[in-house]
Amino acid sequence: MNFFALFGLEASYDIDTTKLAATYKSLAQVTHPDKFSQSGGAEKLMAVQKNAQVNDGYQVLKNPLSRAEHLLSLRGIDMQHETKTLQDPSFLMQQMEWRESLEETSNAADPEAALAALDAELAIQTKLQYSQLADILKADTEQANLDAANRIRKLKFMEKLHREIELKEDALLDD
Amino acid sequence: MALLQIAEPGQAAAPHQRKLAVGIDLGTTNSLVAAVRSGQAETLPDQLGSHLLPSVVHYSQDVTVVGEQAKQNANLDPVNTIVSVKRLLGKNLSEVQQLYPNLPYHFDGQSSHLRMQVPGKTVNPIEVSADILRELKLRAENSLGDELTGAVVTVPAYFDDAQRQSTKDAAQLAGLNLLRLLNEPTAAAIAYGLDSGQEGVIAIYDLGGGTFDISILRLSKGVFEVLSTGGDTGLGGDDFDQIIFDYICAQTQLPNELSKGLRRRLLDDAKLAKEALSEDSAVDIEFVDDQGTSHNVVLSCVKFEALIQPLVKKTLRACKRALKDADVETDKVLQVVMVGGSTRVPLVRHQVGELFGKTPLTSIDPDKVVAIGAAIQADILVGNKPDAEMLLLDVLPLSLGLETMGGLTEKVIPRNTTIPVAKAQEFTTFKDGQTAMMIHVLQGERELVEDCRSLAKFNLTGIPPMTAGAAHIRVTFQVDADGLLSVTAMEKSTGVQSQIQVKPSYGLDESEIADMLKSSMHHAKEDMQARMLKEQQVEASRVAESLQSALQKDGEELLSEDELKAIQAAMDEMLSVAQQDDVENIKRSIEKVDQISQAFAARRMDKSINQALSGQSVNEL
Repeated sequence: MNFFALFGLEASYDIDTTKLAATYKSLAQVTHPDKFSQSGGAEKLMAVQKNAQVNDGYQVLKNPLSRAEHLLSLRGIDMQHETKTLQDPSFLMQQMEWRESLEETSNAADPEAALAALDAELAIQTKLQYSQLADILKADTEQANLDAANRIRKLKFMEKLHREIELKEDALLDD
Repeated sequence: MALLQIAEPGQAAAPHQRKLAVGIDLGTTNSLVAAVRSGQAETLPDQLGSHLLPSVVHYSQDVTVVGEQAKQNANLDPVNTIVSVKRLLGKNLSEVQQLYPNLPYHFDGQSSHLRMQVPGKTVNPIEVSADILRELKLRAENSLGDELTGAVVTVPAYFDDAQRQSTKDAAQLAGLNLLRLLNEPTAAAIAYGLDSGQEGVIAIYDLGGGTFDISILRLSKGVFEVLSTGGDTGLGGDDFDQIIFDYICAQTQLPNELSKGLRRRLLDDAKLAKEALSEDSAVDIEFVDDQGTSHNVVLSCVKFEALIQPLVKKTLRACKRALKDADVETDKVLQVVMVGGSTRVPLVRHQVGELFGKTPLTSIDPDKVVAIGAAIQADILVGNKPDAEMLLLDVLPLSLGLETMGGLTEKVIPRNTTIPVAKAQEFTTFKDGQTAMMIHVLQGERELVEDCRSLAKFNLTGIPPMTAGAAHIRVTFQVDADGLLSVTAMEKSTGVQSQIQVKPSYGLDESEIADMLKSSMHHAKEDMQARMLKEQQVEASRVAESLQSALQKDGEELLSEDELKAIQAAMDEMLSVAQQDDVENIKRSIEKVDQISQAFAARRMDKSINQALSGQSVNEL
């Protein structure tokens, strides 16, 4: 399934997300099962399936990481079921440092400030990765695509770490 | 050009005649039915002028009584008077005994399915709910003067699959054509007309008798998008009553064991006290205990507020979590809508207003607002407003997942995903030569299987023996617009397939529904066969009507002459079979029409998608 085509878009990482949202709403209007509540079974089922595709496509395209992954899968690189881990020693070091920092925030004098500082540092790195990813994806060469896949793996880790920081912040607020 | 059909005079509805559709709020404490009449949505009263139907059913040997009269019986015959049945929907016996250890009912302990013994029979929560729905259907037909085309029934946004399925089963059992299950908070937003004019984020705070819901919605150009939902299926005004009840018991040092009559009586007193405290600063509660001793307890408003503060705080915490899930800052919320009788409690209004920094909307009766919104939606779904642009985009309230090794849950579809949705996930075998795999479908947010709700278990057998990890089992979850799930599992290399409509753990299978239908028919002295025939005939005419209008619009453009003829022939056949009384035959002919028009439906869908896309680019220019 090519979600870019479903939404009438060129397959590209750079998309206009405002336009994407507007297209999503138009497509939802014509595919939602509620618009077929008086129709026969075949049409109803069709609507459920089509609308599910539209919903799924919107989620995939809206999020930059899943959009990049989808673009790569259209270029023949499937990362969905991969078991391969990232082979990048310097990033592994960075990962461990971040993990340690996250654990140490619990012992900090002001855990909230420590978490915020870590999150801010992570945000800068994440932003940098995203902008590099955008550049790399402009070219559709084997080397560029493999490089992009590696960056996606890194970003997945960074997004996960960001969520963990948020969870820890939540836990602090609940106390 | 397709020929237009003309009905015999008096045989069919004129094309522009309004169809009768109702919205039903099936509540824990009270239920309501509403309809749009002369462009105005309003709740329908019973013959005595009462709009609220207490969700209470009393069973005796000969009659089943629903509503106010049944409620009167609650004190006299608590064992056979089922109150707050909504709390029991979609739950099994052990869950109910754990959650509500003090219920007066006699549970039939023979199966894990929940059944309650009443004179002459046993009933389950679905049947009790159906009795309430049947009463509302009757009320609606009496006041609207004709049979209903369809109904929208509301459920808490937080209801899981088992609870939604049970509600749907109850509607079917009551003989309603269910157009849609609608989330209560969404219905409330529709009632306030927030779909027209308003653009932005709104919060719906719904504290009913037995459930609490918070929903964060975004409105833009008639599209209602549920951004997140949260809440607690076991928290509501009944808990306020319980707290007052506990307070009375503690103050008067009553023994732990009370007679069932006294318990019910004190709970009623507690409810009256709560209601009075919305106006007064203190109330007197007087009663005589089982030993004949008189008591008098004074409850001040200040004390009451202190007692319920922890519960209110719990709701506010859920509000904050829902805002976070929706990725919305508190000050970005445009409006807060109050729903449910318990939002009359001044402390609740005050604290909710404080959290969101604005005065909540309370102009529509908080008891009626959900039914009114449901009626507006039903009116649209049934086709009375063909130009309505309103569209409700709902989300999955709780994550769906599967059990993996070690009793862990693997999420397949995370909560707050827009529905309908279909997602597939691949799994593999654990042992060499493994030929079967148990698929255990779960719903919930927790990591351990035992902390999630078990929706269904089924086996995928016939996997060819391979080394561990070699088989690829693809499990597909499909959730429809009502939030109901079906699951398919397939081994990819061999195509061994297994499918299940998720029901068995808590819902009912088709044969159970048929059995319950039969027994309810027996009591109502209706003819089962006649009802099924009528249902199929109505379905046939609905299919014909919708297909006819589709053919008129797109038949010539999208179909070859032969295809058009084939569809027309199948439809003619269906209509003539529908004149006779062979139910199975009508069913088959409807299926045939469905099948033969499938390609046409697909082309129409593609056409409207292309139109939507090009309309989009025109707007861009």
